[in-house]
Amino acid sequence: MTAPPPDDCLARNDWICGDYLRTRQQILLDAVAQHLQLTLSSVALGLVIAVPLALLARRRRWTAGPVLGITTVIYTIPSLAMFSLLLPVYGLSATLVVVGLALYSLTLLVRNILAGLDGVPAEATEAARGMGYGPMRQLLTVELPLAVPAAMAGLRIATVSAVALTTVGAIVGYGGLGNLIYAGMNSFFKAQVLTASVLCVLIAVVLDLLLLGAERLLTPWRRTHRRTRVRGVRRRATAATEEPAAAVGRRA
Amino acid sequence: MSTLAAVWSWLTTAANWSGENGVWHRLEQHVVLTFACLVLSALIALPVALTLGHLGRGGALAVNLANVGRAVPTFAVLVLLLLTPLGRYGQWPTIIALVLFAIPPLLTNAYVGMREVDQNVVRAARGMGMTGLQLVRRVEVPLAFPLVLTGIRIAAVQLVATATLAALVGGGGLGRIITAGFNLASTPQVVAGAVLVAVFALLMEAAFELVQRRAPGWVRGQAR
Repeated sequence: MTAPPPDDCLARNDWICGDYLRTRQQILLDAVAQHLQLTLSSVALGLVIAVPLALLARRRRWTAGPVLGITTVIYTIPSLAMFSLLLPVYGLSATLVVVGLALYSLTLLVRNILAGLDGVPAEATEAARGMGYGPMRQLLTVELPLAVPAAMAGLRIATVSAVALTTVGAIVGYGGLGNLIYAGMNSFFKAQVLTASVLCVLIAVVLDLLLLGAERLLTPWRRTHRRTRVRGVRRRATAATEEPAAAVGRRA
Repeated sequence: MSTLAAVWSWLTTAANWSGENGVWHRLEQHVVLTFACLVLSALIALPVALTLGHLGRGGALAVNLANVGRAVPTFAVLVLLLLTPLGRYGQWPTIIALVLFAIPPLLTNAYVGMREVDQNVVRAARGMGMTGLQLVRRVEVPLAFPLVLTGIRIAAVQLVATATLAALVGGGGLGRIITAGFNLASTPQVVAGAVLVAVFALLMEAAFELVQRRAPGWVRGQAR
């Protein structure tokens, strides 16, 4: 009953191959794990740097220009060049990829957090002050929560971009699924390249949906208002806060 | 410090600038690839965007295209196209991938520019008896031009970056200096190549910045 060995989809080098999925299951799982690890650590690192930068830019207005300028310049540098510039500092390591990707996420995150904080209605901050909130309590319980929708818009774009850009890390051997694409290119292994590419897009879509869910959980007040008459107004306001991210091109 | 010195000496060695693998030749390839793809993608995207914007149709497509495209890795598309039968036709897989990724920013910005034209101005022009084509050419396109230019700027800077990745799939351009450096395990060459690529990308951004600042008011969008 078994077909002669040369006539399976691996030997024919088909694009879609069930045997590939079966026989290389472990390799694929390892690559997905590395991909997730690289992407998530980079976005987390980016967030840890971006939040203080955005708060600084808001507190001391004169720093806003330089902060946005420098992050934009960083964003202009192509990914292959970025990883290469970090080579003397980090060598061929996963840290190099994580730091490079984190630097990219900065511009999206800082812009959107800043836009979110600027979009907090004056009535809300005045009410908080009137109730006797100190600056720190006001920031943590009023301003930051209200900035979540705009910040999450930036975080989602930064995460989706990071998933795609991680593949370029293959140049230093830490590209997650990019490693499989790179190896597949050199051996003309179609099933491997297609499978890894599709998995990349899947990871991006799943993370995007998870962040969308997290945003819903973090902003329960928006859910209850969604069905009321202010819907049109509310949605337009959201579009305005999401605009800064849309104005930035994708990175390759 | 020694790395910096080594990078400097790589950049100042005349032999690294001449010949088939020299900087000048790679730069020329990079410039040609970037501009050819920019022209090609503009020829495809702008007529579509201006038509859709004028008619006020297909907005969801024009705006969402850029977001969907973000999830697709450029490197994956480059390799996928290389492995298709197209891969036998020299530079074409690279050109197609670059054009595909340059279309969304052009399309989105030009479309939004057309839709944001003050509707009172459009009604006034119609009231003066302008035909659809006159309206597009004399009113809508001039008013939408600043955003069209922003789209071209984003696409151009992005093309410089994408053209660098073309080196990974055997294409030309400055990226080849970096990949060759990795193959030779020469950190100075890798960093020197990266510096050249970064400078080129920043110069492209700066050139557009200059055009947008120095140009007459209607190009900058000052009227609005």
